[in-house]
Amino acid sequence: MSAISEVFERCRREKRAAFIPYITAGDPDLETTGELLGALASGGADLIELGVPFSDPIADGPANQRAASRALASGTHLSGIFEVVARHRAAVGVPILLFTYFNPIHARGLERFAEQARDSGVDGVLCLDLPPEEAEAEYLPVMRKSGLDTIFLLAPTSTRQRIKKAAAASTGFVYYVSRTGVTGTQGELPENLMKEAKAVRRKVKMPLAVGFGVTTPEQVATIAKVADGVVVGSALVRLVEEHGGTPELPGILEQRVKELTAPLHGGG
Amino acid sequence: MAKVSLLKQRAAADRIGRFGDYGGRYVPETLMAPLDELTRAYDKHRTKRAFKRRLTDLLQDYCGRPTPLYHAKRLSERLGGAQIYLKREDLLHTGAHKINNAVGQALLAVEMGKERVIAETGAGQHGVATATAAALLGLQCCVFMGSEDMRRQRLNVHRMRLLGAEVRPVESGSRTLKDATNEALRDWVTHVRNTHYIIGSVLGPNPFPRMVRDFHSVIGIEASRQLKKKIRRAYPDVAIACVGGGSNSIGLFSAFLDEPRTRLIGVEGGGRGQQLGDHAARFDGGTLGVLHGTRTLVLQDSDGQVMETHSVSAGLDYPAVGPEHVFLHDAGRVEYTSATDDEALAGFHLLAETEGILPALESSHAIAEVMERAPRLTSDKVVLVNLSGRGDKDVESILEEEEKRRAQGTEAEPPRPRPHGDPS
Repeated sequence: MSAISEVFERCRREKRAAFIPYITAGDPDLETTGELLGALASGGADLIELGVPFSDPIADGPANQRAASRALASGTHLSGIFEVVARHRAAVGVPILLFTYFNPIHARGLERFAEQARDSGVDGVLCLDLPPEEAEAEYLPVMRKSGLDTIFLLAPTSTRQRIKKAAAASTGFVYYVSRTGVTGTQGELPENLMKEAKAVRRKVKMPLAVGFGVTTPEQVATIAKVADGVVVGSALVRLVEEHGGTPELPGILEQRVKELTAPLHGGG
Repeated sequence: MAKVSLLKQRAAADRIGRFGDYGGRYVPETLMAPLDELTRAYDKHRTKRAFKRRLTDLLQDYCGRPTPLYHAKRLSERLGGAQIYLKREDLLHTGAHKINNAVGQALLAVEMGKERVIAETGAGQHGVATATAAALLGLQCCVFMGSEDMRRQRLNVHRMRLLGAEVRPVESGSRTLKDATNEALRDWVTHVRNTHYIIGSVLGPNPFPRMVRDFHSVIGIEASRQLKKKIRRAYPDVAIACVGGGSNSIGLFSAFLDEPRTRLIGVEGGGRGQQLGDHAARFDGGTLGVLHGTRTLVLQDSDGQVMETHSVSAGLDYPAVGPEHVFLHDAGRVEYTSATDDEALAGFHLLAETEGILPALESSHAIAEVMERAPRLTSDKVVLVNLSGRGDKDVESILEEEEKRRAQGTEAEPPRPRPHGDPS
């Protein structure tokens, strides 16, 4: 069983949803990213999504776009991201999932990317603009061979057939996008989210995490009722933006993760 | 040239949405089902009599098709070689070929029950065309445009607004076409249920590259028919068009793909130099990548970060090229070259002075290539050039550009022989 599957298995036994925070690697710089991985884990992350900055993040809202720009401006390269993961993965102690666009993988070459990711301790890859259809021929076999989990996305527009397809291509879990739209915080969760997430979860027959726009502990609590995992991204990225470059940042992030995970542990 | 019919290969490629190794559908999951829906709708309507009729009527009575094929005798004489024929897409309603596709896709949007259309635009021509089609068919319209392009193409911004469209400035990246496309895609992901995204070139995920091409194929079909009338053969010896995303060129080339006697030449934006970042010549510095939903040649660094590009022409200022072009390049069917900013400006002046036609800066790149080639051909040869748009929109930026050059003196640009038509 992969480390990611073990997380969901453990959470299932503990009768709670997994908490999955997202940050962009290299924002504000890679050294800080190393510290932040530790802070997220201490705060209560079960699994960490680490974003690979890309010049043209078409599925991201303003907060993550700015994070990617800051990361690229600070000279972040894929190799540097692998080095940070290699240095911190063991101490961090929770699985790390790369959250990326396809072009950086494509540019490195699938095989080389997969080997380097695995060797650095990355546990899985979620590729935002690579649907199962385009992944079947090369991506999936290469990732499987390297033992990396492949997580695919589902959206409110996904048909029954597509849900099947994404579930078949995914290992570890499936990621449900809470709304038609890009990443970013939102005041209220979409009206039909609970119903839709429930329906999708029944169909995928594997752990389902819900993300995009989850911002507050209350929203985490709500989603935890229908999902096996809750992803919080932009809300944390905004904290990095606000406090980046200050020594307080890791502590602030850890504290926020504690608040966000409190409802999952029966608190809040 | 390949012995196998390229048109047959293309039909097979259309069925799978992939031109050999290029094309495909690399988009967020949210767009996958809507793209399936679009593909079904397009394949249903494109062969339907009623749809074809409606489109043909609009192209004819509203847009002004067929556009003339004009024998540019003074230009031919000046260059002293081949006979040059201009396909006058610049005379179409709104001033460029872009309206062919905008009207086609807007009609399709209506058929699909969408109430809103969005578009990205560089030079503003596709934005104007989309705003026009939206006004005509009663659709809401929002156009995304980089703020740098809004500055360069002020006139078109006003035109779109007068046509009732919202023009949304895009401030990210280099503030040009690439960034506008990012923003349009984000809007589409968010509003996909009631919105159709009218992509303006043969780019993006399947079915856009083939759909946009089909809507522009009328250019080559007409030109071939007109040549037949004028010179008694339905093909030129050379066909030349500029290539940004590559819609006007593929529209022209389509009619001659299986005609071995026609050389096909695409001209990219060579910008101000050969360094990455200084040009938009994807065939000369691009590597295989995935951008805006399609696998194609992209100007990028070794880490897969897409580079900023430069061209004096906003419509060519884009880091990727339509996937079918890469296929046609690999097949050895189309040759791709580039013209620098300076060469394009020289082309602009030459056509203005010899023929009384102000070409768009994009199309001026094709004229620059004609200046290279026509003199080397005998006078019985025929060069067909797609004059994809008119240059009214560029007058201001040309003045600005040339003032800048004068202020910088001679050191600004590498010395290049400037053919006839040099304004200085």
